[in-house]
Amino acid sequence: MLKLIIRRLPALFFVLFCVITLTFFLVRLAPGGPFDRERKIPPAIEAQLLAKYQLDGPLWSQFTGYLADVVRGDLRLSTKYRNRSVNEILAQTLPVTFALGGLSFLLATAGGVWLGTFAAVRRDSAADRLTMAAALLGLSIPMFVVGPILVLVFGLWLKWLPVGGWGSPAQLILPAITLAIPFAAVIARLMRTSLLEVLNQDFVRTARAKGLPDRTVVYKHALRVAILPVVTYLGPLAAHLLTGSIVVETVFNIPGAGGFFVNSILNRDGFLLGGVVIVYCALLIVFNLLVDASYALLDRRIRVDA
Amino acid sequence: MLEPGTTARILRRPAARISLGILIVVAAAAAIGPELFPLSYREPGPLQYAPPSWQHPFGTDLNGRDVLYRVLLGARISLIVGLAGAAVSLFLGSAYGLIAGYAGGKIDNAMMRLVDIIYSVPRLIFILIFINAFDGHVRDFAARLDWQWLISYSRIVILIITLGLIEWLTMARIVRGQVLALKERSFIHAAQSLGQSHLKIITRHLLPNILPIIIVYLTLTVPAVILDESFLSFLGLGIQPPQASWGSLLAEGAQSINPLKSYWWLLFFPAATMSATLLALNYLGDRLRDTLDPRR
Repeated sequence: MLKLIIRRLPALFFVLFCVITLTFFLVRLAPGGPFDRERKIPPAIEAQLLAKYQLDGPLWSQFTGYLADVVRGDLRLSTKYRNRSVNEILAQTLPVTFALGGLSFLLATAGGVWLGTFAAVRRDSAADRLTMAAALLGLSIPMFVVGPILVLVFGLWLKWLPVGGWGSPAQLILPAITLAIPFAAVIARLMRTSLLEVLNQDFVRTARAKGLPDRTVVYKHALRVAILPVVTYLGPLAAHLLTGSIVVETVFNIPGAGGFFVNSILNRDGFLLGGVVIVYCALLIVFNLLVDASYALLDRRIRVDA
Repeated sequence: MLEPGTTARILRRPAARISLGILIVVAAAAAIGPELFPLSYREPGPLQYAPPSWQHPFGTDLNGRDVLYRVLLGARISLIVGLAGAAVSLFLGSAYGLIAGYAGGKIDNAMMRLVDIIYSVPRLIFILIFINAFDGHVRDFAARLDWQWLISYSRIVILIITLGLIEWLTMARIVRGQVLALKERSFIHAAQSLGQSHLKIITRHLLPNILPIIIVYLTLTVPAVILDESFLSFLGLGIQPPQASWGSLLAEGAQSINPLKSYWWLLFFPAATMSATLLALNYLGDRLRDTLDPRR
């Protein structure tokens, strides 16, 4: 496992480097600078601002300077939220996004695996069809529809849960469910397909022939193998959850990193934008590595050499 | 192509017939519906936030515009983006998958590793940055050439290309898997020993054989692209007003849900139309896939 991690490291750093480069130049390609306002600022002041934020000089030296700072862990100053560093903003907002994303991650995987298993062991029954229809529905309705509907029903009509905001655990429930639903649906479908395939394999037939009870066969023998496609999906799932959290944070007024990300695009706040993207990607890369490593542990048949 | 009996077998299920019906109705309404409205329905009017009535079956919005008209306009853009984006992804994904699968070995390994990496990166986030970086340039470019259509539709064109650029991964994986299995078959070996060029083998022998599976995944890519587009527009970073897509209509609708006064029709009708369309597309795609590949 350690060997796998060490072997993957150079490629991972290369990916991260590409991400930083791509973001830096894409932001610079956009027309309009970070200090363009309705009223034109005097050129002398603009030059000073550019110097303060190290946005002067040739593009190439700006880039190498930025790269050096990022390697040192300094994501620089936000050009919009004056005098606040990107590190500071991320330190405040990332925990919020992770609390939301983490809870949704648990809900989506646990819910999806359970629903998929539930449907697979009841293959072709009414319960199976109903579960799969629900999964298809969950997959087809966008989060920003589910969110407001949940708010309308549980927040405004029933008044069981708060409408939005952040701070109490109750405020976490609706957003986390909203974010988890489509991915729980994806996992449920993956799980059902995979479990049905495994239940047809010889070792399951052997286990049944030995006279093991149905529960043991499904939960101890089959599930362990059938869960592998779900494990492969965990990496993309984390990426989808981070993207989805942008919408959910907007719908529920949650002060996470998503809102800052959207605003940083609109404000041409390059360093804040870069900071969010770099941190997101770095975390996802590490997470994917862990998933790959755990995959090797889970399934001894697969040697992960590449 | 698909066997002749396949379509009939799928359509035997009532749910499949309903899905197909929904798609036909939505597509037809999006194509011709907006033209049927009198001018007074299209422009902002004095009737703000009118609830659904006979005159305005879907109600009116903040500016007094008819919501049904807006939903159909949105359907037009969402469907166009979905179809065209899926077409872009179809070309990219099948070309990539064909090359990787046919080349095999180290090239295949490297190409599929790249797909894995792109899978694990938050792609939509890059699309957001990309769109905002290039929209202005494309508009300048269009202005210089005096292409009026591109100026007003620059966002849509960029959305189609970029969304196609991120949704090709699944297609590439599926196509590659199919090619890996196919290329060991004897008719491919025969073509190779007859000295046919690689290009010809790929286009004449492999492509026709994987066409059915490509069509199936095309049906499943369309809803994915529509969902992506609505995500971007919901955040205000996709389709810009006065144009509308389902995503931007839903953004207005979501804002209208608040403790003081909820204009539910602004959310409900776009949401229902969009969800019904996506559900129908996903359902038909699923059925097609199950029929073609019963093992999955």
